[in-house]
Amino acid sequence: MADKVLMKGNEAIAEAAIIAGCRHYFGYPITPQTEVAAYMAKKMPKIGGCFLQAESEIAAINMVYGVSSTGKRVMTSSSSPGISLKSEGLSYLAGADLPALVVNVQRGGPGLGGIQPSQSDYFQATRGGGHGDFHMIVLAPASVQEMAELTVKGFELADTYRMTSMILADGTMGQMMEPVSLDFDIKEAPEKPWATTGTKMQREHNIVNSLYLSPEKLEETNFERYEKYKYIEENEAMYEEYMVEDADIVVAAFGIAARVSKNAVNEARSRGIKVGLIRPITLWPFPTLPFKKAAEHAKQFISVELSMGQMIEDVKLATDCKVPVTLCNRVGGMIPSPEQVLEAIMEADGGVK
Amino acid sequence: MSTKQFLFSGFGGQGILFSGKLLAYKGLIDEKQVSWLPSYGPEMRGGTASCSVIISDDPVGSPIVSKPDVLVAMNLPSLDKYEDAVVPGGIIFADSTLIERKVKRDDVTVYYVPATKLANDNGTPTLANIILMGKILNVLGDFDETSVRAALGKVISARHADMLEVNLKAMQIGADYE
Repeated sequence: MADKVLMKGNEAIAEAAIIAGCRHYFGYPITPQTEVAAYMAKKMPKIGGCFLQAESEIAAINMVYGVSSTGKRVMTSSSSPGISLKSEGLSYLAGADLPALVVNVQRGGPGLGGIQPSQSDYFQATRGGGHGDFHMIVLAPASVQEMAELTVKGFELADTYRMTSMILADGTMGQMMEPVSLDFDIKEAPEKPWATTGTKMQREHNIVNSLYLSPEKLEETNFERYEKYKYIEENEAMYEEYMVEDADIVVAAFGIAARVSKNAVNEARSRGIKVGLIRPITLWPFPTLPFKKAAEHAKQFISVELSMGQMIEDVKLATDCKVPVTLCNRVGGMIPSPEQVLEAIMEADGGVK
Repeated sequence: MSTKQFLFSGFGGQGILFSGKLLAYKGLIDEKQVSWLPSYGPEMRGGTASCSVIISDDPVGSPIVSKPDVLVAMNLPSLDKYEDAVVPGGIIFADSTLIERKVKRDDVTVYYVPATKLANDNGTPTLANIILMGKILNVLGDFDETSVRAALGKVISARHADMLEVNLKAMQIGADYE
């Protein structure tokens, strides 16, 4: 454990990004993710990188578009209202098939909302994140270690598939400190023959663009992109299963909600209730497989969320609504307590018998 | 298996988050699983600041401490707010310079330490939190100078490295207070 340091989740993201070779960060401050920018501001100038506080979120995401066009690893970070401002840029990145890492340390909404933790941007993140048909790879860390690991993974996936990876965290994950090991095996970034790096008069021009005035051509790019998405859905889903094998009741939760739920699952198990937990690590692609499997023996699912019930729809879709799914939630910056989740489990247990 | 949940609370500026960080680092050095979660937001400017610290032999589940085993209250509003949350059989450490009332509950162990006064008398008025930490570690049987020194080394920035010995002395004052 000697190689572990205590770090805030936000700082772990920033340091992991630097380790992954990111030398360009553009952002605009907003609670509760400001430590990402602060860390970058301190570190980037010392390592020949670029930290730039843009004049707005919209400017920052378009700077990301620019650097990504040159094939360099680049990122931005924000929190819920700021991500809404970036959504135009997210759509343009998708339309131009550009890789990028975008971090959303969510806070309560809608509107300016509050500054306390939330998971209510689930729909926004998993259904695309802007106008037009597209997806982002959405990664949901549940520890500071994962904040770091999924940042590295996010850059790799973004480069592999030429799309945006989003870290969908929340205020708790950003603000909490835990021991973290930053000993990563960084893979070489893939060749980017599409990057606009100058032709040196030796090749055709590369063009990075999301405008297709021919509907036939635009349809074709959409179809192709969705072939890619299908491949990702089949190959990149990540999840953690906890005591699911014999479970009558299965709790679904990600991020901080999964941490709280694990306490409740342990307590319920000690009372003899057969309950397990499925924690999606990728929210898109959603890990449907473990849910399908669990639906064969579980009699009820409980979706624990810091939202009015967003992931619950994916749980229902994954299980073809074969098993009832109830919601256990808090919103507006509040977090369900382990006792609240335990109560939901006990209630479900009463119904199961 | 053993898990201890701590809640540190006081005014912004009393070093509440620093105390929590020190304890978390000590846990890390002692090869425990740890988590540290601050309250963040407007309440930090002048109002109540608090942080949750969990030290455990097992992976930490929820990092949010709502029922602390140990409450460290450095002002009256903190004691008012969290006294009832402490688990039965838990421990409360109170800075009795700033908290004039006694703890109402009789199912918890309470240590009253005039930490702010001790800090002023020692000529280190900003180290009341560290004095209290000395008492906490002493009571918990966890005052091991090697790991305390190492933890201080982690949380005191290089710029203030000269403060390490001063902090250690403050901690000893707390540990020795009866």
